[in-house]
Amino acid sequence: MELSRRDALAALAASGAAVGAGAVLGTDADLVEPPRAGGRDREDETDSLTDERLATLLAVAEVVYPAEVSGVEGFVRTYALGRTADRPEYREGMADALATLDEYARTWHDADYRDLAPETRESVLDQMTVDSADPDPAGSDPERVRYYAVNELLFALYSSPTGGELVGIENPQGHPGGTASYRRGPDGEGGSGE
Amino acid sequence: MTDRTPTERADVCVVGAGPAGALAAHRLAGEGYDVVVLEAGERFAFEDRERRMERAIRPGHGPLSVWEMGGPRDAYTSAGQRFYPLNRTRVKGVGGTTLHWQGMVMRLHESDFESWPIEYADLRPYYAEAESALGVAGADDNPYAPPREEPFPMPGFEPSYSDSLFAEACERLGVTMHSVPNARNSEGYDDRSACVGYGTCQPVCPSGAKYSADHHVAKAESEGARIVDRAPVQRLDHDEAGERVTAAVYATPDGRTHRQEAREFVLAAGGVETPRLLLLSESERYPDGLANSSGAVGRYFMEHLFAGAGGTLDRETRQNHVGFMTSECHQFYEDPTRGTEGTAGGIPAWSGDDGEPTPDSVKLEFLNYAGPSPVEMALSGEEWGDDLLKTLRKGYGNSIAMGGLAGQRPRKENRIELDPSTTDDHGNPVPEVHWRVDARTKASLRRANEIQRAVLDELGVDVAWTVGPEETGPAYHHMGTTRMGTDPDESVVNPRLRTHDLRNLSVASSSVFVTSGAMNPTLTIAALALKAADHVDERL
Repeated sequence: MELSRRDALAALAASGAAVGAGAVLGTDADLVEPPRAGGRDREDETDSLTDERLATLLAVAEVVYPAEVSGVEGFVRTYALGRTADRPEYREGMADALATLDEYARTWHDADYRDLAPETRESVLDQMTVDSADPDPAGSDPERVRYYAVNELLFALYSSPTGGELVGIENPQGHPGGTASYRRGPDGEGGSGE
Repeated sequence: MTDRTPTERADVCVVGAGPAGALAAHRLAGEGYDVVVLEAGERFAFEDRERRMERAIRPGHGPLSVWEMGGPRDAYTSAGQRFYPLNRTRVKGVGGTTLHWQGMVMRLHESDFESWPIEYADLRPYYAEAESALGVAGADDNPYAPPREEPFPMPGFEPSYSDSLFAEACERLGVTMHSVPNARNSEGYDDRSACVGYGTCQPVCPSGAKYSADHHVAKAESEGARIVDRAPVQRLDHDEAGERVTAAVYATPDGRTHRQEAREFVLAAGGVETPRLLLLSESERYPDGLANSSGAVGRYFMEHLFAGAGGTLDRETRQNHVGFMTSECHQFYEDPTRGTEGTAGGIPAWSGDDGEPTPDSVKLEFLNYAGPSPVEMALSGEEWGDDLLKTLRKGYGNSIAMGGLAGQRPRKENRIELDPSTTDDHGNPVPEVHWRVDARTKASLRRANEIQRAVLDELGVDVAWTVGPEETGPAYHHMGTTRMGTDPDESVVNPRLRTHDLRNLSVASSSVFVTSGAMNPTLTIAALALKAADHVDERL
């Protein structure tokens, strides 16, 4: 199932991102203007969410998203950048958590997380106990990775129409999908008129 | 910098900016009076609501964080037989608890007023005004509802798909389903949008389609009222004769204390803080607290209790698309012991044992949000990728459930007191909640479970859980702690909502309820607030 620009927009709108669609999405195929700060490290005050950190987030998405979704890169970039555009503290928290994940990867496998093989990426999250960690934006390393990376991505996906449809709910909680779908049956009957 | 100094020559000082305070302030400001509202909590920016919704959905944020509850300001003690989670039940801020309420707005039935000093007919015009003020979407299909003269302001929400599943079973059992009046826009109303289906009504509606009292605070301001937020009232002062309140003494964030004088005072701080403030306002003249010559301030605390049951069905049930209900059953409200007869069986009459009290009114609900929502399951699971998706597909899709409310009769020992051993951020004793669930209420809950179980069995549900007399919890409705009555020895306010003891002090709150009924209380709170405002107007 293809994650679309509409999904990213919907997820952004539902998360209260204050940026307009035009500001984040542009108007054409190249959905996002990525931060121009390639190579900057996270201490850089002007933008902590570098291309490298975003690539790490994408690598996490490849682990936590089901195989049948496509269009992940555009979705994640749009969502992560749009959502953090006017929230510097949140952006910093996300960048820090991703940097932490890279540090663990380097310690165990001599490479940043984004450069690991897919099966190794999954094992790093397991080794860090991110799977059983309670998400906490101010918590321990696994708790922050769970909050800012894993749950950030899962929230974006499963509160979007496409993510909801994967599970059988086209208007998932957190998505303003109107008041027709709750009246529809499983075969799509009913609930018309809106 | 926000000016939190007192208003000079105010006509009316309202304490609390929830639905009662907002509606009273709006009405009185509209009549041309100088109105100042003192609110303990803050004014929340509407633009932040999506982020509050995210806090509600995502683990990592406590439920109290959604509306910033639970700090030293909100300290309390639960001292009764049963723990009372006070801060889960309320919001302090401009809009009050309507910021997180469910938004169900039924009128009490005529029978509910039997021991009140006013009748349904007295409140009926105010109910209509309250429905118009809040914006109620409803349909005239409830044969058990009390008489009404006007249609609802908006068409009701259509029944859900799962309602249609229930309808077949209910028909076979002779159980009547009907619509739910919702304080939630089914179409644009009063400059607020129609519901867009975020599915998180409780605890936050990001679109503003669900009514919250900040709308009437804004309307009151446009009529000239002044709202002072973050201004918790510490006590009320009275004159030498003990006949009139002279000032509300309030604190501000800069550490200062101010006195707001006014000709009339309206307490609208809910069923816990209202009696607490009266008790905190003790004086030489009134050593047991203000307006408390009856000894009833803080007494007769009542709640509604939840009863429910649910499980899974062998069909898809389409839950969690919206966060509100579209069908209820008030058939067992007047006589909860009654049986029913349908096309294929019925609900048996009450099975009460000898010695078990007869149940009181129960209200039954058909949920549209049974079982976990996929996004919440995903965020709290220990899997991801394809494994997670498989678990979500297995966990979502077939849940179905019924809920319901039972009331409590007023009992003197259920009460709000002051706990001098614990103080809030201003050094005031915190409220101490003494609360228990009595045998009659347990009988009502058991009766609700009997009916729910019969309906679910008829539908073929594999029942997985039941919340009954032992597992029940409060519905977050605080009632009865400054009860209304004609006898000053037995009650705190008169039928005009004015305290017996002080000539210029009114109470607009569910705290004036004499009995609880089993209907969600906010429409009645709103109607009483409008009535109280009219009586204040008459005196001014």
